[in-house]
Amino acid sequence: MRIINVKDIEEAVSKVCMEINYNLREGMEKIIEEVLQKEESESGKEVLRQILENIAIARDEKIPACQDTGVCIAYVELGQDVRIEGGFLYDAINKGVANGYVKGYLRKSVVRDPFNRINTKDNTPAMIHVELIPGDKLRIKLMAKGAGSENMCKLAMLTPADGLEGVKRFVIDTVKEGGINACPPLIIGVGIGGTFDMVGWLAKKALFRGMNVRNKDEFYAKLELELIKEINDLGIGPMGFGGRVTALDVRIEVAPCHIASLPVAVNFECHAHRVGEIIL
Amino acid sequence: MRIIKITTPLNDDVVKSLRVGDKVEINGVIYTARDAAHKRFIDAINKGEKLPFDPKGQIIYYVGPTPPRPGMIIGSAGPTSSYRMDVFLEPLLKLGLKGTIGKGYRSQAAIDAMVKYGAVYFVAVGGAGALISKRIKKAEIIAYEDLGTEAVNKLEVESFPVIVANDTLGNDIFKLGVQRYSRVKY
Repeated sequence: MRIINVKDIEEAVSKVCMEINYNLREGMEKIIEEVLQKEESESGKEVLRQILENIAIARDEKIPACQDTGVCIAYVELGQDVRIEGGFLYDAINKGVANGYVKGYLRKSVVRDPFNRINTKDNTPAMIHVELIPGDKLRIKLMAKGAGSENMCKLAMLTPADGLEGVKRFVIDTVKEGGINACPPLIIGVGIGGTFDMVGWLAKKALFRGMNVRNKDEFYAKLELELIKEINDLGIGPMGFGGRVTALDVRIEVAPCHIASLPVAVNFECHAHRVGEIIL
Repeated sequence: MRIIKITTPLNDDVVKSLRVGDKVEINGVIYTARDAAHKRFIDAINKGEKLPFDPKGQIIYYVGPTPPRPGMIIGSAGPTSSYRMDVFLEPLLKLGLKGTIGKGYRSQAAIDAMVKYGAVYFVAVGGAGALISKRIKKAEIIAYEDLGTEAVNKLEVESFPVIVANDTLGNDIFKLGVQRYSRVKY
């Protein structure tokens, strides 16, 4: 049994909330530089150049890369041999988020209730997902998730007869419909299988995976590459102005499902990809 | 790509000369408003009350900035998605508003209203809030302070970088872009 104090969790979460908003996920700058070489459209190139300039200013001057510093998604992997001491894990994460968003001059974008819409003023609560894992480590992955991309996401309960073609069509149609507003170039998380509740989380989980890290299953790895090509063939381009670069990455996560079901979900992430990780 | 420098308030000739795809740099005063402020604008118009600023010849920027650090003019200040403001657009164009800045596409009704009233829609790069903050030289809250990040700000901008996405002829950069670059049938 390993003991982890809530104070350590709070501090780490606070620090990472600030860092990810000033410094995009490692590797994003290099990827944008690479796709700038591939882009043919003048407007598209202009967008990519501004994105690169923005990344540098945000990093050097500690200004949030995007003003939508998002709602905080916490993906927690809790070793079953860990004991949390000094308080409740969820409270510790929320205290860290509140502290990071207030001290880091980040935007508070969470309202308490969908209808009264009163701002909580510290960006809490975070959306917290906890999964138990073997061992005595606590891993917390944090994402600052903007609404521009999140609002364009979709979920469908397809039938087994719809099959692979049905899933591909749903993904492509969702990109056609909402891709422009999600701030392309995009990272696209796709969940397939599970149940209604699980498939959305699979799509979100896919966004936490590293850049261009393919699914371990060869079938899905190939499908990811096919979807990247097909989405880029749509010609949406950076900011939707038309061009060659629409998807920076497509990541698929799958789960077993009912004999009668074929759930699919698409979760968009914009080029301002803000993800960090804490291991305690 | 044409690069055009414009200064607010805009006159009709300038607005009509702008074409989809033009790279534009805006100078002068622009006003910020997003979802909640627009709702109040429309309520005010319906009650016959005055708006916090005269929209004639002006540009509204759809933005909710991050709080500035001490000594800074404004925080990160990139555009938000414009489609949410489509339903509020026409009453403001009727009062003489000449342009809006945001990201993403507009509804056909919004495009038609821009043609009718001779207005344009500019897109700034979504997610480039740090870069854009550098082009804002002065920021002052002029209304609805209780709305926090959604309050109405009067901004003074220099070389504020945008691209014309809808012009007064009803052209749409998003439709034209896909037509040109798509390798599949839509």
